[in-house]
Amino acid sequence: MQHLSHLLGVESLTTEQISFILDQAKPFQEFQRYPLKKLATLRGKTVAVAFFEASTRTRISFTTAAARLGADTMALQAESSSLKKGESLIDTVRTLEAMRPDGIVIRHGSSGAPEFVAKRLEIPVVNAGDGAHEHPTQALLDALTIRDRKGRIEDWNVTILGDILHSRVARSNIHLLSKFGAKITLCGPAMWVPRELEDLAPNVRRTTRTEEALEGADVIFVLRVQTERIHEPELAAEEYILGYQLTAKRLRLARPDALVLHPGPMIRGLEIDSAVADGPQSGVLEQVTNGLAVRMALLYHLIGRAPVDAPHPAKDRSNASD
Amino acid sequence: MRVVEKRQLLSAEEIGRTLQRLAHEIIEESSGAKNLALIGIRRRGVTLADRLVKAIRSLSKADVPMGILDIALYRDDLSTIGAQPSLQGTEIDFPVDDRDLVVVDDVLYTGRTIRAAMNGLFDLGRPRRVRLCVLIDRGHRELPVEATFVGRTVQTSDSEIVEVRLQETDGEERVVLVDRVP
Repeated sequence: MQHLSHLLGVESLTTEQISFILDQAKPFQEFQRYPLKKLATLRGKTVAVAFFEASTRTRISFTTAAARLGADTMALQAESSSLKKGESLIDTVRTLEAMRPDGIVIRHGSSGAPEFVAKRLEIPVVNAGDGAHEHPTQALLDALTIRDRKGRIEDWNVTILGDILHSRVARSNIHLLSKFGAKITLCGPAMWVPRELEDLAPNVRRTTRTEEALEGADVIFVLRVQTERIHEPELAAEEYILGYQLTAKRLRLARPDALVLHPGPMIRGLEIDSAVADGPQSGVLEQVTNGLAVRMALLYHLIGRAPVDAPHPAKDRSNASD
Repeated sequence: MRVVEKRQLLSAEEIGRTLQRLAHEIIEESSGAKNLALIGIRRRGVTLADRLVKAIRSLSKADVPMGILDIALYRDDLSTIGAQPSLQGTEIDFPVDDRDLVVVDDVLYTGRTIRAAMNGLFDLGRPRRVRLCVLIDRGHRELPVEATFVGRTVQTSDSEIVEVRLQETDGEERVVLVDRVP
């Protein structure tokens, strides 16, 4: 298997690499139940957590994952709007390099920013969301939740509801699940499900009718409706609720054991009804816990890895390391 | 570098007899195995612990639970080995608090694996007592770690490797001493 040196997106990953990450997250799921949630595995390592875009849950999840592995974090927060993107990124990269972190987790408003950084730094880079491009750890934690709840990742009918056009969560999930044979239905107001999305992966279809999209669905992703977009004159909130909110009644159109996922933060009463969000088919809270497990597994494998030119251990420890 | 087999340390029969003896010793020194639990260290410690638990159960009728410990997250050599070892996970589904634990491994060498195992165990709770059982003690300790129950003590040189081969993991049953020659 090709060893990972960064996690920039899901698109370039093989199914083998994805399955490996999910398998490696398993012990960390168990770990979240330990009374003592602190390892020393990455003691002395520093993870730079650079967020150029507002985020609470993803940032806390990465910071907690690093802390539970024993690593220190250095937080870098900047508002991309107040800086010229290209310039600020280069400057930041240089500043970061000078502080000698062992890895960097980056969220940026521009698609491709993590890749840009990865090309200029020797350390592992983890994409925590870049523009409308990808949010790979979200797709991985979603896949883990699907595998746990439904027994496997392969061959599900997947429906994604909402603003697909602007969603990196949707893109990463489309890439990941289609690698495992999913049939994907994208559904939302016409302006949010443009034709180009069908080219992302095989077996992707679009519809603007929620009822049609939900029929026979095994997994339903509800995307957050970004309130800054809902104020666009083309679409009023009431209209969205009426046409696209996932209600208990609509959920009955899907398979009886369909799993409902939401990347958060959820706006109850807008894109999802509370009865669904808190219902037995919701996997929302598992997603949060699984996010920690996936991020711990990634940091463990990416950051803990010795540099290629590191001195080899003086002695072979075949017995000791068995 | 070639690896050559120097001699056989234990045959299949000897492994079986040694495990029987160790099971007896563990029961004797554990006031009838009450409150006792065995913890196998991945990989071969798990196979050995499994066999010991079966022997102890048939000898004492005591229900001795068994857990599996993966020490990968607790190693102290992460920055000196190439890729990270894959995780297989710890599976201990009983509380370790106040338990009388016997940690089982195949070979005791530098003691670093056991140091890591102790860290892992204490993350799970506070056992009443922790003892160590190994099939082979080959010396060359780098830490103050000793085993309470030892199958066989063997003099080795640093370049030699003790290979414990078990039916379940290796498809054969014997312990051999191998050496690396340039």
